[in-house]
Amino acid sequence: MARSPVAITPFWPGAAAAALVLLLTIGTLAAVAWRAKWDAGLSVADWAAIRFTIVQALVSAGLSVVLAIPVARALARRRFAGRQMLITLLGAPFLLPVIVAVLGLLAVFGRGGMVNNALTGLGFEPISIFGFHGVVLAHVFFNLPLAIRLILQGWLAIPAERFRLAATLNASVWRMLEWPMLRAVAPSTFLVIFLICLTSFAVALTLGGGPRATTVELAIYQALRFDFDLGRAALLACVQFALCVMAAAVVWRISLVDGMGAGLDRVVQRWDTDRPVLDYIFIAAATVFLLLPLSMVVLRGLPGLFDLPTSIWAAALRSVIVAIGSAMLCVAMALALALRGGALVSVIGVLPLAASGLVVGTGAFLIVFPFVRPSDVALIVTMLVNATLALPFALRAVAPAVAAVQSDFGRLAISLNLTGWSWVRIVVLPRVRRPLGFAAGLAAALSMGDLGVITLFAGQAQETLPLAMYRLMGAYRMADAAGAALVLLALSLALFWICDRGGRADA
Amino acid sequence: MKTPTYLPAVAGLALCATGALAETPVLQVMTYDSFVSEWGPGPSVEAAFEETCACDLQFVGTGDGAALLARLQLEGPRTDADIVLGLDTNLTAAARETGLFAPHGVEVDLSLPIAWTDPEFLPFDWGYFAFVGNEGDAAPTSLRALAESDVQVVIQDPRSSTPGLGLLMWVKAAYGDEADAVWADLADNIVTVTPGWSEAYGMFLDGEADAVLSYTTSPAYHLIAEDDASKVAWRFDEGHYMQVEVAGKLAATDQPELADQFLAFMVSDAFQSIIPTTNWMYPAVTPAEGLPEGFETLMTPEKSLLLSPEDAAAKRDAALDEWRAALSQ
Amino acid sequence: MLECKALELRQGDFVLSADLQFAPGKVTALIGPSGAGKSTLLGALAGFLAPVSGAVLWDSRDLAYDAPGDRPMSVLFQDNNLFPHLTIAQNVGLALRPNLRLSAADKDRISDVLAQVGLAGFDHRKPAALSGGQQSRAALARVLIADRPIVLLDEPFAALGPGLKDDMLDLVQTQLAAGRRTLIMVTHDPADAKRIADQVVLVADGVAAAPVGTDALFADPPAALVSYLGVGMG
Repeated sequence: MARSPVAITPFWPGAAAAALVLLLTIGTLAAVAWRAKWDAGLSVADWAAIRFTIVQALVSAGLSVVLAIPVARALARRRFAGRQMLITLLGAPFLLPVIVAVLGLLAVFGRGGMVNNALTGLGFEPISIFGFHGVVLAHVFFNLPLAIRLILQGWLAIPAERFRLAATLNASVWRMLEWPMLRAVAPSTFLVIFLICLTSFAVALTLGGGPRATTVELAIYQALRFDFDLGRAALLACVQFALCVMAAAVVWRISLVDGMGAGLDRVVQRWDTDRPVLDYIFIAAATVFLLLPLSMVVLRGLPGLFDLPTSIWAAALRSVIVAIGSAMLCVAMALALALRGGALVSVIGVLPLAASGLVVGTGAFLIVFPFVRPSDVALIVTMLVNATLALPFALRAVAPAVAAVQSDFGRLAISLNLTGWSWVRIVVLPRVRRPLGFAAGLAAALSMGDLGVITLFAGQAQETLPLAMYRLMGAYRMADAAGAALVLLALSLALFWICDRGGRADA
Repeated sequence: MKTPTYLPAVAGLALCATGALAETPVLQVMTYDSFVSEWGPGPSVEAAFEETCACDLQFVGTGDGAALLARLQLEGPRTDADIVLGLDTNLTAAARETGLFAPHGVEVDLSLPIAWTDPEFLPFDWGYFAFVGNEGDAAPTSLRALAESDVQVVIQDPRSSTPGLGLLMWVKAAYGDEADAVWADLADNIVTVTPGWSEAYGMFLDGEADAVLSYTTSPAYHLIAEDDASKVAWRFDEGHYMQVEVAGKLAATDQPELADQFLAFMVSDAFQSIIPTTNWMYPAVTPAEGLPEGFETLMTPEKSLLLSPEDAAAKRDAALDEWRAALSQ
Repeated sequence: MLECKALELRQGDFVLSADLQFAPGKVTALIGPSGAGKSTLLGALAGFLAPVSGAVLWDSRDLAYDAPGDRPMSVLFQDNNLFPHLTIAQNVGLALRPNLRLSAADKDRISDVLAQVGLAGFDHRKPAALSGGQQSRAALARVLIADRPIVLLDEPFAALGPGLKDDMLDLVQTQLAAGRRTLIMVTHDPADAKRIADQVVLVADGVAAAPVGTDALFADPPAALVSYLGVGMG
């Protein structure tokens, strides 16, 4: 009797996307566990790594969110020339390969960096970046842009009428509008960044100053590369998933509403915009903090840029193709899952964040190896994995927009028999172009910088730009590598900008 | 020009194409990443061997030496590789344990400072680990002296990098049961620990540390390729731990003769003369024309240290715990 | 003829039962207090809400297995009747071809219908370029071109001013009702019912009552209507 009355899109695209995500996260873990010889549990050192991982991720994520709030608020309240460009540029650190960003950070905060030069110039003791604070600094540098972006979207999603209403009631905008919005947006932003920091290892190790700064992901690396202890690797990957599930459960208890909007170019007219100086101070501070290391990356790269070996350009082209492929795939998956909706989709939307890149790569290798030569499918697998890893971000941008279209126009479309692909083509796609463009740009840029899966699969002919950059470093050619890093940075930003822009064009 | 294969369809076509050319035997050599890179020995070695073998030599590059062993273990007996090239003596015990390797059967006079008797793994190059610093800076003369100084160095993590593991074995070989005390003294000299060699070396060149754990041959790169004599390797009284890089033949190879031919080629002048200025290591057999100009300037240790593969494997876990405990204080 | 046979609807705690027939070719108004279930009933007729028991019958055939788009009815919603990114012609054309592959003949028909509702030459404009009244006319044009025997109106003109609303109701009567269509419209305003409805269904206290002639009903209102009207006027 109870026929489900509304089925506007078919079941299978969302199911296929969900299946792919599950295959690449849980499936790869299972493949690793399957091959494992189970003889050891977790060691004392593993538990120390777990503790360190959680503490640094908590502090990094907390600090990123807290610092992002005033900056996002300032950006939401102020309109100035170049604001849009600044928002795009502020996103850059998030898109950088780790080693590039770390060397950029060191050029500012390191022993011979600008900050210490200034300090010693003024007669102070130099400070060391290495240690727990260095790890947190780097993670904030990477993730502050993401936090700003997500929280800014929350701010811009507050309808203008509400501000008008608050103004007429002479009510506190903070208590009435901004605090409830933050309660909805900040916890989920915290969760995303917490999970990103949870699976980081190169940052923690390089800047952590020693084995105290060991994360679970490094323990996984060691288990896979040196000990070939697949069982321990799988166990540690399970720990990461468990931490993810716990964090997600806590956050979802705190906030069930996800108030994400789409637009970013809109400055809502407001009546509470006093104290412009403070806003501009926040914007300037964030800009200096985020863009200074970035300009050091540019400066370091310029000398090597003009005599880069030609193979770098071939690698760059390959990377761009992979990036475009994984961006399209990622957006298609996000759209399919968003159209499907529901709780399972939100779970699938965070699962890739908790996946260990190394386990995903190793598991994919184990799945693929019996059938084809890994190097033959290196670029395809890289595309699939990168699309999946970028999915949480894409889904966060696309899902609320799709939900809004469905609630606004779903019944009308159903009554007109406008369902299936026609509904997607005629109504959904045109109406979610903006978040789709943003998601595509983000996925493309993240894929550009990826060095996870490709190292395990690539032969000579599948070299991507980050891999080529590492190979240059491995051959002592640090200046060339810095040049390649600059190319990588420029291409990532360009891809992001083009996609983001494409979503806005005459919409 | 390499043919990039972006799509399975293209890959499929490529497979058909190689099927048609199947008369040329293919020798697959699995090695670490920097060996196959444009600037590594790979391209020259490939050209030189293919001149003599009437075969297609294919390199499969994967991460560093440790990743290489992991990759081999992932693939297991079903691997397509015929030769594995690039393991070092810290890994050969584990490699031997896989049971995948066959005796190399090569008789050759190696120019190693130590005797070599391994029946399965044949060296192709070697070097000494050393701290590399800047010319003119005060250089410590021993690990102990370094530990007592306030010189700042950057090292690699022994859990993710072969030089890092080399230093661990260096301290163990030099100090045995006192190794933990040495590490405790070294702790305040270590700026940071990086996941790999590249990060550490890059940080040293950027001035983040006075010295970096690398090889005695590293200054040769700066001297020969960049005409820069400002980098020097520090000589330590305890002696220097060696890294010997080896290759082995897989028992399951479908090209046993070709594999033997390659191993013989590997210790010949044609291969060995490529090594110094591409891999920046000492060749396992000094070529007839000697070492390239510039290598004579390199620091040579008074004493060579090397644990046997079995010894190294047996001591590794305890040494790691010592290391971690000392540096986590 | 459209019929609710022992129909039971449930949305959360809310329950509504209906057992009634809608006279063919007539205009029926659903009237009652807010939250009484007028829109719920309309949703069940349109197929958006599956009944707990009972059935919606059209010419004695159970519509339970017909998707909303396959039912013999067009719907005008309270808002969002037009897709903002499509032109008026495309919005109307959706009723002819949901995939929007419109032939030249289709486009001519659309222009004709638009002229019929007073929107000649508006084909290529986007909804945002139209006034509220014009937008309602465009939506009406789509109902006309769909040419289905039943039209459901869920207060589509509520946001218009009183004058414009009356104009639209008149347009509904002349264009839609004249075509022997069965019209069912939700309203909370008795004046709307008096203006065009032939009969009225009172929805109150969990029950949709059998239709009563409009004049008869307002001449001798039952208790539930009196209390509603009283509240409505107070």
